[in-house]
Amino acid sequence: MTRLIMRRLALLVPTLLGLSVLLFLWVRALPGGPATALLGERATPEAVERINQLYGFDRPLPQQYVQWLGQLLQGNFGVSTRTGRPVLDEFLNRFPATVELSLVALVVAVGLGIPLGYLAARYQGRAVDHAAVVISLLGVTVPVFFLAFLLKWLFAVQLGWFPSSGRQDPAMIATHPTGFYVLDGLMTREWDASWDAVVHLVLPALALGSIPLAIIARITRASVIDVQHADYVRTARAKGLSAPHVRRRVILHNAMLPVSTTIGLQVGLLLSGAVLTETVFAYPGIGKFLADSVFNLDYAVLQGFILLIAVVYALVNLAVDVSYGLIDPRMRTR
Amino acid sequence: MKSRWQIVAVGVVAGLALTACAASDRDSQGGTTDGATGGGRDTFIFAASSDPASLDPALANDGESFRVARQIFEGLVGVEPGTADPAPLLAESWEVSDDGLQYTFQLKEGVTFHDGTDFDADAVCYNFERWNGFTGVLQSESLSYYWQKVNGGFATSDVEKLNGTGKYESCEAPDASTAVVHLKSPLPELVSALSLPAFSMQSPTALQEYDADGVTGEGDAPVLPAYATGHPTGTGPYTFESWSPGEQVVLTAYDDYWGEQGQVRRIVFPIISDATARRQALQAGDVDGYDLVGPADVVALEEAGFQIVNREPFNILYLGMNQANPDLADLRVRQAIAHAINKEALVAQTLPEGTEVATNFVPPSVAGWNPDVTTYDYDPEKAKALLAEAGKSDLTIDFNYPTNVSRPYMPTPEQVFTAVSADLEAVGITVNAVPDPWNPEYLDKIQGGADHGLHLLGWTGDYNDTYNFIGVFFGGASNEWGFDDPALFSAVNDARYVADIDDQKAAYEKANAAIMDFLPGVPLAHPVPSLAFKADVHGYPASPVQDEVYNVVTLGD
Repeated sequence: MTRLIMRRLALLVPTLLGLSVLLFLWVRALPGGPATALLGERATPEAVERINQLYGFDRPLPQQYVQWLGQLLQGNFGVSTRTGRPVLDEFLNRFPATVELSLVALVVAVGLGIPLGYLAARYQGRAVDHAAVVISLLGVTVPVFFLAFLLKWLFAVQLGWFPSSGRQDPAMIATHPTGFYVLDGLMTREWDASWDAVVHLVLPALALGSIPLAIIARITRASVIDVQHADYVRTARAKGLSAPHVRRRVILHNAMLPVSTTIGLQVGLLLSGAVLTETVFAYPGIGKFLADSVFNLDYAVLQGFILLIAVVYALVNLAVDVSYGLIDPRMRTR
Repeated sequence: MKSRWQIVAVGVVAGLALTACAASDRDSQGGTTDGATGGGRDTFIFAASSDPASLDPALANDGESFRVARQIFEGLVGVEPGTADPAPLLAESWEVSDDGLQYTFQLKEGVTFHDGTDFDADAVCYNFERWNGFTGVLQSESLSYYWQKVNGGFATSDVEKLNGTGKYESCEAPDASTAVVHLKSPLPELVSALSLPAFSMQSPTALQEYDADGVTGEGDAPVLPAYATGHPTGTGPYTFESWSPGEQVVLTAYDDYWGEQGQVRRIVFPIISDATARRQALQAGDVDGYDLVGPADVVALEEAGFQIVNREPFNILYLGMNQANPDLADLRVRQAIAHAINKEALVAQTLPEGTEVATNFVPPSVAGWNPDVTTYDYDPEKAKALLAEAGKSDLTIDFNYPTNVSRPYMPTPEQVFTAVSADLEAVGITVNAVPDPWNPEYLDKIQGGADHGLHLLGWTGDYNDTYNFIGVFFGGASNEWGFDDPALFSAVNDARYVADIDDQKAAYEKANAAIMDFLPGVPLAHPVPSLAFKADVHGYPASPVQDEVYNVVTLGD
């Protein structure tokens, strides 16, 4: 197990290095530049030139890259040209918001996806199954931003059941020791702040969780159907185990292995989906900041954030792989 | 293995139970939540479109920074409510010497900064010396833009054209309530310019304590010091409370404010960058109001019972005519185009209600606007005749316009293009549409080279000064207009430094008349900018130059 972790961590180095080159070139291939974004539409060419000189955008690309990489190795991700704050600080300040949203979205996806898939498999070919297939098809095909927009329009603007944006009611005074607002409210016993944060999470989490939900439901269904007809299930039944026992202990448990792989893969999807969802709901996480930075051509943020997201993604996937060992004992012996 | 799923199940149930507890707690508090939520209606929530670039207004030039700064800071000069005209603020009066080189400000007494220190003449001089003494990164145009633009330079600089080239010479404080500013040469726009938030009075003690000039990070982007990110200290009705970047800025009432404190005790600026999301936040009741309402939303919001508040326009939308194009170099062709455009119909069809038709390149609220310039009334027959006279009856012309962009002076460029080109086609001109994305393609094409014909562009002014408009356009030869007329350029530039304010006004009026005779472009309209509010927000002080301080706003019925 330790060797697996070490090997995977070692593999991360060339992966990130390759990604850093791609990122660096991609960001600089974008039309315009940070100087134009900073100075606005009436910028004089001299002013643009001075900004480029000041921030080093006029140096040769390889030189800029080596410089950036050198800084990176010292843990310096540069400074956002837009906000004038270190990129790492900007990331860490917003990370709890996105993690909170992603976790709730994941809970929604798993909590609804697995039962939906299981029921569809159990009542294969019946109405429940058809409904589940339609729901999961919709979940996969409807774009996240459209669903987000729809949810917001209906439940926030028209019905007024949920807030339309943000993480917390602006009029609320609350303390945030950790940056995880739901947790903060529980820790500081500001229950209404905690509840308010939950209410703010509902619509974005539903939108963000829609695709993983659909995928998890489909995989669960397929996997359960597959396992239902396996020899060991027939053996279990033949041994006279009760039907509920077989369903829960034998079928569901064995069907979970591919599902857990899928869940791990969804984490990456959640992080990229967060860019769209957070933008629609003006939710102040890393996704929204990243989107804003694209429009402002904030090189340092684009490079730094995407690299950091890649690291998070890789670590989460590693954690998922490790967790297989917990679910499937066969993995442990290898 | 038996228990793992059960543990998960127990966890989920426990989580749900917890949130249910939170819910019931909230319900049980029902009537008494005021303490925790900040209290009924003394909080004003105004959606901002982005974070402020800096809380130190001397290092900012964007609308969102200034919106926050207007609440925290005050300058020597304010503006007459609802106009762009300078009015006393921290200076109760001022006198300008005859040669225009000495400004004596009589200061309001009994004013304190939020850190408890006194506002006095020494503080005034400290601020002027600070601006003029900016060095290194602080001289970047993205930071000290307005001091550079108004003053023209710094005490010293590595950049030759900024090195000692400013108008400002020195400041002295003969007594605590008198500040005298000396200039090297006249700068009549100084008083108007001092109403900009960039020239707000800031506490010298706080500036020093929080290292306001300690912008670091040369060779990378500048890193703002503690002052600009968390300790802005002014004399205004609100003090800074907190800024969670990307989320919100919070201000609270300053109890020792010298003026009227008003009903609003707390201001929250939630940051919502998407225009649709801002509108929906208002509709969902999350915010009290927002700025830059799209013209398409105005009617819908009004019908839904929201208030629309218009600012008097302080901008110009024009049709540029590039004289690098030989056809457009012919004055008769330019006149023909001007006569061909039905501005009234254009305004009625494509621009927000309340928009004024333009005759000058400056809006009427600016001193120097000339009511007697040559106007080119809508007259298709005359346009055809002028084209025939120029031998250009079968004229084909490129018409550049930007796509997928909305500017305050031009909410829907595509619609303006469609209306104007239909007018041109009607007099026999063949229009060759050249759409481009706004940035960088469109701006590059218009400002960076000669390859364009007709184009749509505009400008929103900063303060009450004609040069702030026509100086930007016609201060010298440029790619945008493609002509070189030293006489016209000097008419514009000389007017800027006429010491006597009345003489200057006359000089600007003359310059505006000369521009309209030369007709480098057609001023089309001054589109009205709109704000939207909940029905129970009263007294929002809409200002053409956005000098809007929320202590005069009242909430509730």
